[in-house]
Parts: sequence; C-alpha cells; structure tokens
Amino acid sequence: MNEITTIKPSSPKDWETDQEVRWCPGCGDYAILKAVQRTLPQIGATPENTVFISGIGCSSRFPYYMETYGFHTIHGRAPAVATGVKLANPELDVWIITGDGDALSIGGNHTMHLLRRNLNCQVLLFNNEIYGLTKGQYSPTSREGTRSPSTPFGSVDHPANPCAFALGSGARFVARGIDVHKKLPDVLKAAHAHRGAAFLEIFQNCIVYNDDVFAPFTAKPNAAANQLWLEHGEPMLFDKGTRGLSFDRDALALKVVDVTDGDWQAAGVLVHDQANRMIAHLLVEMGAGFPVALGVLYDNPAPTFDSAVTDQNLSASAGKTPDLQKLVAKGQTWMVNKQPRVE
Amino acid sequence: MATAVHKVTEAEANAHPPAEAIVVRFAGDSGDGMQLTGGQFTLSTALAGNDLATFPDFPAEIRAPQGTLFGVSAFQINFGSAAIETAGDQPDVLVAMNPAALKVNVEALKPGGLIIADEGEFGDRNLAKAKYDANPLEDGSLAKWQLLKLNISQLTLEAVKPFGLGNKEALRCKNMWTLGLALWMFDRERQPIVDWLKAKFAKAPELAEANIAALNAGHAYGETAEMGALGVAQVHVPAAPVEPGLYRTVTGAESISLGLVAGAQLAGLPMFFGGYPITPASAILHHLSRLKEYGVTTFQAEDEIAAVAASIGASYAGSLGVTSSSGPGIALKTEAIGLAIMTELPLVVVNSQRGGPSTGLPTKTEQSDLYQSVYGRNGDAPMPVVAARSAADCFDAAIEAVRIATQYMTPVMLLTDGYIANAAEPWKVPDMDGYEAFPVTFETDAPAEGEKFLPYARDEKLSRPWVKPGTPGLLHRIGGIEKQQGTGNIDYAPANHQAMTEIRRDKVAGIDVPDQEVTLGEETGKLVLVGWGSTFGPVHQAVRRARAKGLDVHHIHLRHIWPMPKNLGDLLRGYEHILVPEMNTGQLKTVLRDQFLVDAKPLNKVSGQPFRIAEIEAAIEEALSD
Repeated sequence: MNEITTIKPSSPKDWETDQEVRWCPGCGDYAILKAVQRTLPQIGATPENTVFISGIGCSSRFPYYMETYGFHTIHGRAPAVATGVKLANPELDVWIITGDGDALSIGGNHTMHLLRRNLNCQVLLFNNEIYGLTKGQYSPTSREGTRSPSTPFGSVDHPANPCAFALGSGARFVARGIDVHKKLPDVLKAAHAHRGAAFLEIFQNCIVYNDDVFAPFTAKPNAAANQLWLEHGEPMLFDKGTRGLSFDRDALALKVVDVTDGDWQAAGVLVHDQANRMIAHLLVEMGAGFPVALGVLYDNPAPTFDSAVTDQNLSASAGKTPDLQKLVAKGQTWMVNKQPRVE
Repeated sequence: MATAVHKVTEAEANAHPPAEAIVVRFAGDSGDGMQLTGGQFTLSTALAGNDLATFPDFPAEIRAPQGTLFGVSAFQINFGSAAIETAGDQPDVLVAMNPAALKVNVEALKPGGLIIADEGEFGDRNLAKAKYDANPLEDGSLAKWQLLKLNISQLTLEAVKPFGLGNKEALRCKNMWTLGLALWMFDRERQPIVDWLKAKFAKAPELAEANIAALNAGHAYGETAEMGALGVAQVHVPAAPVEPGLYRTVTGAESISLGLVAGAQLAGLPMFFGGYPITPASAILHHLSRLKEYGVTTFQAEDEIAAVAASIGASYAGSLGVTSSSGPGIALKTEAIGLAIMTELPLVVVNSQRGGPSTGLPTKTEQSDLYQSVYGRNGDAPMPVVAARSAADCFDAAIEAVRIATQYMTPVMLLTDGYIANAAEPWKVPDMDGYEAFPVTFETDAPAEGEKFLPYARDEKLSRPWVKPGTPGLLHRIGGIEKQQGTGNIDYAPANHQAMTEIRRDKVAGIDVPDQEVTLGEETGKLVLVGWGSTFGPVHQAVRRARAKGLDVHHIHLRHIWPMPKNLGDLLRGYEHILVPEMNTGQLKTVLRDQFLVDAKPLNKVSGQPFRIAEIEAAIEEALSD
C-alpha cells in the first residue's frame, strides 16, 4: 500500500527570500527571477531539494533571492562546484545561474566540460552582452565595435555565440528565451524536464550599461518579424506566419521564404525536429537577414555524467565488502614475531 | 599512534654509523627498468626483515634519449639491521647499466665502494653520449673504487636464448639478471620476485619465464663465478630490531590515500576526491580511484580549479571533499580555498611539494610551499596546515587533517613532498581499532516556528553547523561575500567584517593541537634542531649521531605547522640555540621567529636532493662551536 501524503502545492511567494533584491531598477534579472519563482511550483519542485549555484556577476546574486539551498561561488566556477554537489548527491535539483562573462570568459573551460560530461542540471546563462557588476566593460558576447570603458574606440574582437558554443561542447539541450517574454516559463519547464545538462541562454537587458541592445528583435514593433519561436513538430514560421525557414540545398544553408495564404508546405518550410543536431547548428548560426531562433532549439537526451559515475561506483563496489583493516594490510606483508637475533 | 616508530636500542644509538647498514644504488637508462629493479629489491629487503629507506631519482622526461646523461634513472636503497631513516648518504654499491649512469652517479660512491658495470654497454657510441673521452672501465680512472665489469647484456642474452625473444625484448631482461646478482650478494630469497614476475606477466608466460631465467642466471653467476677473487663477498645483513607485528612496504602516496579513506570512515562520511594530473601528486588520484567500495568518488577534473571547486561542492552537499596537487596546482586552487575558508566548509588539500617556483623541478623535492600554505591567500584567510614526516607517517597525518577539517568546518592543507610520495618504507600495519572515531553530526533540526535557522551560529569551537542540502526547514544560502554573524546574509557593515575576520582567525588559532613533544633529547639544552616534513630522517640521524658523540643537541619535529602547538614557544626558549634545517630558503625559520620572537637560524638546501646526514652533522658542530 502506498501511503497517501498530501503535498501542499507551493506558490511563487514560497520561493522568495526575505532579502532585499538589489538589482538596478528595470533590470531584466527581475523578470527572470519572477519567471523562475512562477515556474518552480508548477513543475513539482521542492525548496529543500533545489540548489541554485552561481558564479560572480549581477546574475549570480540570484541564489540569495531564492528560498532554496544556494551557493554563490567564485567567478566562472559555478559549473565545477555544481559538479561536486551533484556527484555527492544526485537527488538534488541543481540550477546554475551564470552570465556571459562568467560562463564564457573566465569560466568558459568549466562550461564546456559541464556540457560535454552532461551533468544533469539546468544552466541559465543571462546574456546581456556586457560586464554590469564591474561597471560596463565589453564582454565576450559584445558585438564588434562595442564602446565601453575598456574599449573607448570600440571593441575589435569577435563575439562568442553562447548556443553555438554549447552545441560545439556537446550539449544535448540548447534553448533560448527573453527575460520579459511570456514564454520564458515554458522554456524553463522544458529545460527542467530534460534529463542532462540543459543550456538556456536568456537575452537579458542591462538597463544601465547596454540598454536596448536586443531591441532589434525584442522591442514590440520588431518582435513578430524577428522572433522565431520553435515548437517541436511545428513548421518554422515567423512574422505572423507570413514567412518561414526553408533549406537551401545548393548552399547547404537555411533561407527565409515567404508563405502565402498559410501554405507553408508549398513554400518548403521546415518542420522543427528538436532531436536533429544539424538543424540546431543551422539555427544557432543564423545572422543578419534571419530571425532570432527562440525556444527549444535542441533536445536530445543522452546518459548523464552523474548517473554514469553512480553506476560505475556501484558496479565497481559490487560484491566487495569494505574492510579498512584488510585494506591497510593489503599487498605483500611480512610478520615480525620477536626481536631478531643479535649476530 | 599506529605508525611504525622504531625503538632504538642504546647500542644502536651509539653505533656510528649504524651497524650493518648498506646503501645500494641502481642506475641505468630511464628505459632500463631501474625503478622496477629497485622496487623489487626493496620488497626482498623488507621480507628479509631489514629496515630500509629508499630514494627514487628519475628524470622528468618520459623517455629521454637513450644513453644520455639527463636520461639516467636511479634508485637508491639504504637497508640494515638498525633503524634506517634516510636513503643513505653515499652508496656502498653502485650498479651502472651504461656509461651515462656511471658518470652521473660514481662521484657519490664511497671510496672503496663497489661498482658493478655492464661492460656490454660501454661501446664507443654510449661512451660518446656520456661524454667520456676514454673508456673509464679500462683507463684506470676508477681506481679508488672496486670495479666489477660484467657483460650483463651478453650474459642476459644467453640466459634467455631458449625463449626465442627478439634482441630488444631479450635485453629488457637485463634488469632481472642484475637483480638476481644483487639478491645473491645480500643473501635474499628469489621466490617472492618469481611470484611477482609470474603475476606481472600472467598474460605473456614466455616473458615471465625469460625474466625468471635471467633472474636465476644472475643469481647463479654470483654463486658460481669466483667472485671472491674479485673482492666481492656475499653479505648477510641481519634483520633490524623492530616492534613485532605485521609489516608492509608503503609509499607516501599510498599511505596518504589510505589515511584519507580511514579519516573519512572515522568521520562517517563518503569521500569525494577531485584531482587533476600533476607530478608528483597524481599517484593519490590513481590509488583512490580504485577504492570505490569505501564510499570514494573520484573526479578527474578539467583543471586544478575545477578539481578544488568540485570538492568544495561535494563538501557543501555533505561529503568529505578532498583535492590534491603540487605547488603550481595549489596556486591555481588558491581562490577556491579562500571560498572554503569564507563558507567554512571542510576540505582537505594535499600538496605534494616539489621544486619551484613555476614549473620548477617537477620530479625533485623541496619544502618551499610553507609560506604558500600558511600565508598564500588574499585577505585574512587563516587555514590549518599539517605536515607528514615520512611515507608511513602520511597515514596518521591524513587522518589528523580530516579530523581538523570536519570538526572545525575548515579547509586544511596537508603537506607532503615528492620524496615522501615516491619513497617506500616499511610500515607496521596499524590496528584500526586503535583510532578514535570523530563522527560528524549534520544539523537536521528545523528551528521552532517563527525562528530562523542560523547557518553561521557558533559552537564552543567557533565551528558553524553543517547542513546537507535536501534537509527540510534549514534552507539557507552561502557564498564568498562577507556574511552577517549568525544569519549568513550578505553584510558589508564595518563592524561585522571586523567581527567575522576575528572569528575566522580565532577559530583556526583555537584548534586543538597536541602539545609538541621533543622527538629526541631533552626539553632544555644547548642546541635544538627544529624540522618538519621529509627532512625527519636525516635530521633525526644527525642528532642521534651527535648525541652519541656527547653533544648537547636535541630534535623537535613539527607536524602542526598552523596553528602551532601551544607549548612550542616555551619549549623553544629552553634551548640556547635553534637551528632549522629546511629544503627551502628559511620559511619555517621565519614563521618561528615571527610567532615566538626566538633567534632561529636557518640551515637550507634547495638542490632538489634530500639532506645528507653528514651535512646536518657538520652544521650541528658548527652551531655548537659558536
């Protein structure tokens, strides 16, 4: 007989701490915090089994505002700390909160290895294309020519593409969202539902140092024509269904096609297959002249690192009884019975 | 304590040098299997009941060009019927497998000592590579030593002929031929080596047979050739007087690994070990990765920082986090160690020290990370430091590090060095019942309704509660930002930072460290030698010899580098002179001066080689003549 226990469903309020939230007024982080606090009760998460782990930066203050377990670590190292937490207790639901500088500059190495190992956790990368906490220097995702205190004549290096980096690192779940967009909770849910490392890039507006950098596709007048929200099994349509993505076989590339009277089949519009890695690569690489691909770009689970480690620990221990006394006496031993003869 | 501490009889203490001690050095090309030969000779020595100490000395290159001076690999063993604590100063016997091995090692040989050289390798080409103008075996330049030239290469080829090996493979058996001869010289049993060869080559029985044939042939050569005419006699070294009990040989890396496992079990915790390959620390990762049934999870991380960060994460989740490296890797871990200090989580950081700075001398020994361990972090970041004195001592030192880490919620630095990590010595197998458990109690009780859980509340040791995520009612956040006393909430207030800094300082300063005992000698006197770590052997022997000569000299060897034993200052003030031998430029000396305002004088060696007893003896005489 199963015992029947009544679990009181939590509300977003239950996930708020008593700490004053200290982001700048109007920061996109507020919207993300609300979206997460709204989502967790809906996915059956429990505060005591949830751990938020962050690095350093504006976004990384996030754990202080979540009524869960939390660890605000050091710059760039949240994925490594999370790996230890998850291997020590695979039952915990681990969320990594990071930013573009934290995850792709100082912590790029750890992000890569977390994704290729496929640790079962969620990585929320708040991308604002700027170093906010240190007052506005350009970041690894800043566009070429970004003027900042450290690049008064414009930055000259090429920006990193977070989702392309994630795919290249072997991520099995790659998604995108926008801080204030109503679909963010859906993407969060999909990330949580994925077993393995779920990489979610969230376009987050820094109102002080990089305001409106994403406006070309997030501002209301631009949204429809520039946002492609992907749904598994659905045609890749945008601009109110008047345009879509098709595959240009000659160029081995995507192309934008017009859709007349909703007849997307006739226009050759692709149907999104979230398990197709090649499509994901094409979607994350879309540049000028294309919409921004949003939602779940890639979702194709594989065995996780934590389960592989646990399984190997178990199988290697199977049939062995730990006996410390035997362990210290292992190897070639000899007995000294009495004081030896004196010659 | 359960480590093998040898009782020294009056007669032995007065013997000078220790009775019946012999130093043998095997030297050859790095491809000649000298470390293997030395290792097996060590085993047979241990089985014969001799006390022993070893010193493996090998190049940093994986395979240096054959026959070159920098490709020479050597293994030295000192064994005898008295307590042996060093690998010996000057070899009595040098086995040189090629001209380069002879050239690099012969000057260390005692006058009158025996050279056994493989003349088959002394052709023009090898002589040129070793930069010899003439063949030293022929030109009389080795006259102050006894020389035994044997064509070991040829003798080996003949011995293994029946097994149909190729020339190259056949010559690989040379080291076993040489070992056979050495076993004859010192009256040793061959059977354990035969058993070992059979096990090692279980999948290639013909190789096992060929090696055994070479071993037997070397042994038979000693027995039948008229070696006596050459001045070579069989030597029987009687067993050393050691405490009765079960013994095994152990290297520092094995002993540390076992001690960490034992410590975790005594604390009642699973262990998480995060490591990144680095010489000479990697052996600990290798050993622990085989011990999964003891609740050990090992993680080879992407870098040193990830290794320590993951270990901190594991400690946060309720395991004992352990990480290990060598100087350059510890430098990379430093910021994360500061996080463990700030978040007050248990962590053991093993530092197998090597020559520095930077990459320095990866395979050579130094004790130059003491400042790094005690002081080397940003902010006021106190951290306990424990140092092991020998391979066997690593076991107890590791347990002590785990005890402090878990009882005081703090990272602990455990210092060993390349010499301790690689050297083998006999170890009296400890009785685990003799160790007192120090079980960890996790906080599980949720506070009463209306009250808040305080993650930075303090117990009488100033230690904070350890809560496993997953525990209902105790939700809290920690991090590297300064925290409010009690609540752990972010707090930049000036008075709070002052108070928290002082609490962190006082917690570590107040750690219960056993009072310092005098290792050899009395609590007052003319001169005391204060050592730490792997210099134990030479310092101890030198003090023993000096005392046998009637000199007023004493030995104190520290395990607790930080915090220091509470009685240490008073103890040091009981001597007229203080001499601190260290394999660095005077780091402990400076800390002792700072802590106790005593006139500690340095005795330093940073050549990458351990102290010789004679060097310390000379320093003692000089210090006493002032």
